Amino acid sequence: MSERDTSGPGGRQGAEEVGGLEASALQLAAQVRSGARSAVSVVEDHLAGIAAGDGEIHAFNHVMEEEALAAASRVDERLAAGEDPGPLAGVPVALKDNLCTRGVPTTCSSRILEGWLPPYDATVVARLAASGAIAIGKANLDEFAMGSSTEHSAFGPTRNPHDTGRVPGGSSGGSAAAVAAGFAPLGLGSDTGGSVRLPAAYCGVVGMKPTYGAVSRYGLIAFASSLDQIGPFGRTVADAAALLEVVAGHDPLDSTSIDAPAPAVSAVLDAGVEGLRIGLVTELSGEGTDPDVRRRVAAAAEALEAAGAKVEDVSVPATTLGLSAYYLIAPAEASSNLARYDGVRYGLRVDAPTNGGMNVASRTAGFGDEVKRRIMLGTYALSAGYYDAYYGKAQQVRTLIIRDFAAAYERFDLLLSPTAPTTAFPFGAKTADPLSMYLTDVCTIPSNLAGDPAISVPYGLGDDGMPIGVQLLGPALSEPTLFRAAAVLEHSMAPTGDGGPAAGRERTT
Amino acid sequence: MRIRTSERGRAGHLYDAFVAERITREDVAHVADLARLSLSEEELDLFTVQLAAVLDHAEDVESLDTEGVPPTAHPLPLVNVLREDVVRPSLDRAEVLAAAPAVEDDRFRVPPALGEEQ
Repeated sequence: MSERDTSGPGGRQGAEEVGGLEASALQLAAQVRSGARSAVSVVEDHLAGIAAGDGEIHAFNHVMEEEALAAASRVDERLAAGEDPGPLAGVPVALKDNLCTRGVPTTCSSRILEGWLPPYDATVVARLAASGAIAIGKANLDEFAMGSSTEHSAFGPTRNPHDTGRVPGGSSGGSAAAVAAGFAPLGLGSDTGGSVRLPAAYCGVVGMKPTYGAVSRYGLIAFASSLDQIGPFGRTVADAAALLEVVAGHDPLDSTSIDAPAPAVSAVLDAGVEGLRIGLVTELSGEGTDPDVRRRVAAAAEALEAAGAKVEDVSVPATTLGLSAYYLIAPAEASSNLARYDGVRYGLRVDAPTNGGMNVASRTAGFGDEVKRRIMLGTYALSAGYYDAYYGKAQQVRTLIIRDFAAAYERFDLLLSPTAPTTAFPFGAKTADPLSMYLTDVCTIPSNLAGDPAISVPYGLGDDGMPIGVQLLGPALSEPTLFRAAAVLEHSMAPTGDGGPAAGRERTT
Repeated sequence: MRIRTSERGRAGHLYDAFVAERITREDVAHVADLARLSLSEEELDLFTVQLAAVLDHAEDVESLDTEGVPPTAHPLPLVNVLREDVVRPSLDRAEVLAAAPAVEDDRFRVPPALGEEQ
């Protein structure tokens, strides 16, 4: 691949100089594949990092120590036997704990699945293994991926590695924090309304939501099936690109999987943005967005222009309706998907004299407050007398959002916005007021409703010293263009070293 | 209704004006029943206020004129996806049953479902 492989945003040159927990995924894979170091030593280093640091961060619900070391040994054995161990040989990956791992606890950070051992692997988990990557642990999340802060985990919150008094964002907060803290160079999350991009922004790493259907959802425990999409985390754009290429591509086990190969994104990382037309979405960058966030988005626009793109303001009016539509559609789908937790086939059972009583007792004891709220909101939106006013209307609004994006993409190749209106907030700031928590998703939700891809790139720090992410949005299947532009943004931050993603990589704990 | 001030959240005072119009405590109790959840009196109070706030925010969607706009249920233009009907390995029976709360004769065991009033 390109020279970018050995030049992360920190400008650290040369794979041989970069060891331990700072190395990028591509550097580690190159070292393992060349025999410079063993996969087992890579995994041991990261397990030691987790042992030393995760007591404070709580990125993981479960560390897969035994499995990871065994998988690393297999990679080393394949190498010794002269076989190709795969493009991500020996690279540790944090898996969001809603991705099924056969025989390894998969909880969705919920009491209702505590202790459950899935009888199969998610497709992404199987593909990671085939690529030589090493699943190193199951990462914390808001229960059933419902939340924006990871505070709704039944097993306690994850702390932001940049400031342990603040949330890492959610719902894939564990995966994002693991990558930011150096526990793993790569992470997988799921993004239903921003759950990869928001924690990526808050933790100062790259996070990407692919086009709906680009990555198989087989083995991703369902939240809102028409919105859920698995996406990669990395400390560099090139790492996230490499991970996407490994997990994406058609899967016959997911009937909504797009019948196409994985997008070739690594090959275009150096292609630049010369001549690209990029629209700055006024509705997502206006009032309600903190001034420091707006300044970083403006700086990103300037960097893209300096690289030859043409950046103009664009209005995408229906995006202002995204939040309301999402918080009707996603809970509606969730209320249906979560009906399966009835204490019969798996998970928690609380005994009662009758089956119906057992169902109620199990669900009541097993689900946390936010999950109950969303189940009830969705049940209400779907119930007789309210269906047309809420769920039906929200589905029509979804059409309006798709139309407005389509109109914007007639004039622009990509769109630009903040990933979130603010930087990471302190623990407890929004838990008592669910609506204020929901508002953190305002910039990320429209892409999920449209089924389009988007990527969050770390772009400096806010007035509070916390990372800020800028979001690039594109039409369906525009992943290569998104990654080109993301690479330009990353590069534009590289030389300065003050407030860039490089600074965002340092552990401040 | 009884709302403990400490549970209202920062915007709690704003909720009271519209809470009764948006969703009633009785609605919330009914929905909890439909969703197979049992809520305490305090949870009913709290969820009524919180759900009302979200539904009030959804006013922008609810009040929108969407006459003639087709609904979107799914982002992809999906048609039926078919495959050849061939025998393939399925999940391991013992592994699946091992995850069940109660099993009898290789089947999931549940409490009596007939004659219950639930």
